[in-house]
Amino acid sequence: MSGDDIVTLSRLQFGMTALYHFLFVPLTLGMTFILAIMESVYVMTGKEVYKDMTRYWGKLFGINFAMGVTTGLTLEFQFGTNWAYYSHYVGDIFGPILASEGWMAFFLESTFVGLFFFGWDKLTKVQHLTVTWLLALGTSLSALWILIANGWMQHPVGAEFNYETLRMEMTSFADIFFNPVAQVKFVHTVAAGYVTGSMFVLGISSWYLLNGRDIGFARRSFSIASAFGLASILSVIVLGDESGYTSGETQKVKLAAIEAEWETEEAPASFTLVGLPNQEAERTDYAVKFPWLLGLIATRSVDEPVKGLKELRADNVKRIRRGMLAYDELLKLRAGDKTPETRQAFDAYKEDLGYGLLLKKYTSRVVDADEGMIEKASNDSLPKVAPLFWTFRIMVASGFTMLFIFGMAFYYCATRIADQKRWLMRMAVWAIPLPWIAAETGWFVAEYGRQPWTISGILPTHLSVSNLTGGQLWFSLAGFLIFYTVLLVIELYLMIKYVKLGPSSLHTGRYCHEAKGVPSHAN
Amino acid sequence: MFDYETIRLIWWVFIGVVAIAFALTEGFDFGIGTLLPFVGKTDIERRVIINTVGATWEGNQVWLVLLGGAIFAIWPAVYATLFSGLYIAMMLVLFALFFRPAGFDYRSKIEDQRWRDTWDWCLFIGGTLPPILLGVLIGNLLIGLPFHLDQDLRPMYDGSFWGLLNPFALLCGVIGVLLTTFHGALFLKWRTRGDVRDRARQAIAFLGPVLMFCMALAILWLNLDIERPEITSMAGRAAASNPLNKVVTAHGPGWFSHFLKNPWMFGAPIMAFSGMLMAWLLGKGSASDRDAFLFSSLGVVGALLSVGFALFPFLLISITDPNSSLTLWDASSSHKTMLIAFWITVIFLPIVLLYTRWVYKIIWGRITEKTILQDSHTLY
Repeated sequence: MSGDDIVTLSRLQFGMTALYHFLFVPLTLGMTFILAIMESVYVMTGKEVYKDMTRYWGKLFGINFAMGVTTGLTLEFQFGTNWAYYSHYVGDIFGPILASEGWMAFFLESTFVGLFFFGWDKLTKVQHLTVTWLLALGTSLSALWILIANGWMQHPVGAEFNYETLRMEMTSFADIFFNPVAQVKFVHTVAAGYVTGSMFVLGISSWYLLNGRDIGFARRSFSIASAFGLASILSVIVLGDESGYTSGETQKVKLAAIEAEWETEEAPASFTLVGLPNQEAERTDYAVKFPWLLGLIATRSVDEPVKGLKELRADNVKRIRRGMLAYDELLKLRAGDKTPETRQAFDAYKEDLGYGLLLKKYTSRVVDADEGMIEKASNDSLPKVAPLFWTFRIMVASGFTMLFIFGMAFYYCATRIADQKRWLMRMAVWAIPLPWIAAETGWFVAEYGRQPWTISGILPTHLSVSNLTGGQLWFSLAGFLIFYTVLLVIELYLMIKYVKLGPSSLHTGRYCHEAKGVPSHAN
Repeated sequence: MFDYETIRLIWWVFIGVVAIAFALTEGFDFGIGTLLPFVGKTDIERRVIINTVGATWEGNQVWLVLLGGAIFAIWPAVYATLFSGLYIAMMLVLFALFFRPAGFDYRSKIEDQRWRDTWDWCLFIGGTLPPILLGVLIGNLLIGLPFHLDQDLRPMYDGSFWGLLNPFALLCGVIGVLLTTFHGALFLKWRTRGDVRDRARQAIAFLGPVLMFCMALAILWLNLDIERPEITSMAGRAAASNPLNKVVTAHGPGWFSHFLKNPWMFGAPIMAFSGMLMAWLLGKGSASDRDAFLFSSLGVVGALLSVGFALFPFLLISITDPNSSLTLWDASSSHKTMLIAFWITVIFLPIVLLYTRWVYKIIWGRITEKTILQDSHTLY
């Protein structure tokens, strides 16, 4: 098995396990907040139905949370098992970030989640409400810290390469924390989580209303979800636009690929609504363009041009050449020549060291690369356009569809005629998968769009992997495939079972199934 | 504030503390998983057992997550080398851990004997396999692992999964699972009444002597049969982290003389044995359950300290290329990173301990069949 295959399998495994983990994370992010809102209403009004809502939706949250915990472990293991050289390269940067995530977030959510479920009779109302809010805070904080780590991979600030330890080292924790890419990413992602929770509650409540059961319970859940969902989807879209702007600043390649913008367009650049990207011919067939829009999104101006892929690749050729010089100086340093001249020369080029490392795929010595290799490496420096172009459009379309649903739901709730709008409720049921589609495609755009890098401009993906054999990777892939399939089937089975049972699963004697005297065997 | 050498030592202590906290808390969670199918005969007895840790196992598991994260952050080279080198073993630990969250959370959600029995065995695997594998891992840390670093400091593993399963490491694996089961039985006895408590007591009476015998055997074996390498020259304790800047000889004077050089280190194995002995003596009778559990906690602390002291200053010993061995002086993060992570820890660790203590106080009390029946639709 060749090195390329190891890289491909490792990427496949990481992508698969991360996307799978991300089926559960957004729902956890959203549900904890919705639970906290419902319980706040309970504590303020004293109405039992809001307590039942907190407990019932809490049950569904619990089924989902267990899977989030299970699959989150994988990611922590996987940086070390499959991406050893990446771990060596970034460990110093991730130090304070992981320390913060562990102490501030993981302990908070995991310690209080048990009390959320088992503390109802042991705590006062206000104490329990505090526990629920701390749980919600913990989940969102853990998203904050991991996205700061991810933001650094997209836009590595506050760090520099140390030739003695051969890795990136932190120069400023504040720069890493206030990294604009990370901040925007955080709000965009947690808000997407809140949308997921809202769509879930909205869709299932609609289903109860359509079936004419548990009306009071479902109507109240519906209105909380519609209000929270509308606020959240608006933040997702506004912040999504904001991440278009920041990636225009720092990740021009990703933006150009999402837009299939091959040539640099004159300002203000137009936005390609839809078309067929053609990688070979480097053009977009049948493109439908919307004037000015891209220039506005990416530069917030009408007079700055947005660079196209061909020009970006030409820039990268220059950077690769400088990267070769940097690598040459690094070899001297490593051989023991630490004179001020060598160090100065290295410092002059080291920003582009990562581009030199792109050549490692073709020659391990880097400095002896010929023109053909440089051209190949420059082609590698651009991601494939079509997958990004399409996933981005699916994400945006899902987002705007949800904006419409939440907008309508909120409007009709405010005018108190929501349960007469059966078309809307039917639409809400069918829209339940949308936030997941948007979240998964969004993850893809962010991570695939960063290729060929694990750390943008610093460390190429093909150098980041562990020194593994094909057998080891097939073993783990098979293991994940089996465990994850079985677990997903069980999770969905339980989820559907409890959705069907509805609030009767609380055994309060107040809900559908129970009133008719149908005995329930579930707990 | 602290110089590089001091902060490196402080973090060695901190990571030790996290490892100990993990062994103490998730230790009894694991043990309860192992005991579950044997100590619980009926469904309701098993629910009693599971619910002794039901509200807290998730918080306990964070110590494991934190341990992994701290090694990644503070000793990146160790994280990279260990996790990629022991690929199959790490995957097995991970797969075994998969059984736990779903096992706890899904088991009692459906009233069907086959469903519940299956999850009980899942919890058994999830509680038994990880301590065995982690014990095997510790055994191999003492023997040394076959790995080297290349010129780019890329870790290359030179052995296989089967090589890990040597007799000494397997003995350590047995110790691992005995330790968690013994510790778990003491916890269970403390939190239950009646038949379950009685069976936990029987387990304690049986496991204590076996555990202490295996521990003594491992110590003897280590001293008689296993080499301890020695650093003969290195760049300095405050030098930039590059493990290749040192010379290590594979055949040092040995483990016993390492302890003799630092006689205070003998405190650790003494603590391990006296803790376990007291826990056994108190636990097999009807003396205070709490005291017995505290003594076994002392024993766990002593056992882990013994391993840490024995390896010091090594973190990972290489047997194929001793110079590539990783030590706390040359495999750490930068001075700045360690300082910032230090302050974050110093601020937040006490807060975490405070609210964890509060949560335990709220949920504390013996779990009985009556507890389960009262809250049948809420509890695990």
